[in-house]
Amino acid sequence: MAESAVAPGLAVQGVVVRDTPRHSAWVRVTHWTSALSFVVLVVSGIAILLAHPRLYWGETGAVGTPSLVDLPLPFVLDVPIRGPGRYLHFLSAWVSVFTGLVYVTRGLLARHFSRNLLPPRGELTLGAIRRVIGNHLRFKRSSEDELASYNVLQRLSYTGVVFVLFPLMIWTGLAMSPAVTSVFPFMVTALGGQQTARTLHFFVACALVLFLLVHVAAVCQTGFKSRMRAMVTGRGPAAKEPS
Amino acid sequence: MSLSRRKLIKAGLGAVAGVGALGAGVRLADRCGLIPANHRGIYGLSETLTYAGQRLLTKLPSMAREFDRSQISKVAPVNGKAPTTEPYQRLLAGGFADWRLSIDGMVARPSSFSLAELKGFPSRSQITHQACEEGWSFIAEWTGVPLSCVLEHVGIHPEARWVFFFTFDEWWDSVDMDDALHPQTLLAYAMNGPELPIDHGAPLRLKVARQLGYKSLKYLSRITVTDSAEGIGDGLGSSAPSAGYSWYAGI
Repeated sequence: MAESAVAPGLAVQGVVVRDTPRHSAWVRVTHWTSALSFVVLVVSGIAILLAHPRLYWGETGAVGTPSLVDLPLPFVLDVPIRGPGRYLHFLSAWVSVFTGLVYVTRGLLARHFSRNLLPPRGELTLGAIRRVIGNHLRFKRSSEDELASYNVLQRLSYTGVVFVLFPLMIWTGLAMSPAVTSVFPFMVTALGGQQTARTLHFFVACALVLFLLVHVAAVCQTGFKSRMRAMVTGRGPAAKEPS
Repeated sequence: MSLSRRKLIKAGLGAVAGVGALGAGVRLADRCGLIPANHRGIYGLSETLTYAGQRLLTKLPSMAREFDRSQISKVAPVNGKAPTTEPYQRLLAGGFADWRLSIDGMVARPSSFSLAELKGFPSRSQITHQACEEGWSFIAEWTGVPLSCVLEHVGIHPEARWVFFFTFDEWWDSVDMDDALHPQTLLAYAMNGPELPIDHGAPLRLKVARQLGYKSLKYLSRITVTDSAEGIGDGLGSSAPSAGYSWYAGI
């Protein structure tokens, strides 16, 4: 693999350069920063949730009032995980928000979303989506085109995570803040109450965890080593350039 | 890669300018009241961002939501029990007739007030939502004297920045002047109509409507107005940080 580490510009005649650029530096840095902050948010979120693993709908809820869901988890009040959990949760939330701002700003400037993430108009059809799902279910290896670019299902899930789920996490999180809602009451009233915001915060987090699991499984299925190398070094196996 | 001397000098000057600008920014933020007492350490960074962000936001009209009487919760849980200490038990046995709230520090007229005297101030009732950091919440009606009325009466020093509260159950905490002078920050003596129940902090508790429940200390005994959080306890502005919780609970 020695030759592949050589940058294309320095390639000596006769040496085959196998790698092609896949992810630019800002995508890699923001990817790993968000990955780390997300894992910390999930772990610290669980530490906070365990103080009261019951979910409610509406404005209020407490032990002694009807709940929406009683999660099959213990009430952990005596073990000191909640305080550190809260500090970590807000620290990693800030890291996540700043990373997201950098990512979205840079992505808009570089036209990353319109070029690489939004599904091309022709591809957003039920048939195309069904074909991708069918290929996955049959464990069919991705075509050369798909290795270099993203298929319609990937594009849909990535844009969903970036533009729907993450903004929803921030919204439902801020809707639990009495100071923020004192300025913007509609942030909580539009959701239907402070406890609804807490419940939605939990379910959207579950959706993001589900995305993470599917994402990691897909990385393993298509070649863990080459995908990791692409997201760490920025270079992946040769294929046709993304159009 | 080779670093030329010019590049090194440029980078050095850039770093010095950056640190200088950061220092000036922090001093300016402190003067504008955007730096919390617990601003040190790695968590101090996010605590400061949260506090500064929300304080910039609450420069806009900022009133906690108020509810209809029909929305008052039937269940209003409490954490902790009434103080078992002798001074509190003695006051409780006497129906709080001998209880007094003292106010000192950076005030023109250090004073102490009986419950009847506090009830003589203009009163305010508000039906607000209180969330515990654990996750549960309830809506209740609180009646009391706005803290701002009492502070105006004793005359706070223009340089005062923090109002500290001490209780009969060993907790202590503080709010900045933004919350201290906010119309919904009450010294509450009644809940849902009748006098404050023992479990909810009789005879007098703090109600900070724009922060989580743990900021609303129960069993108040003394108020001190200061210009610095240093020298009070561990200097972090509240007993909450040493118990693992944030000083600022506007989340």
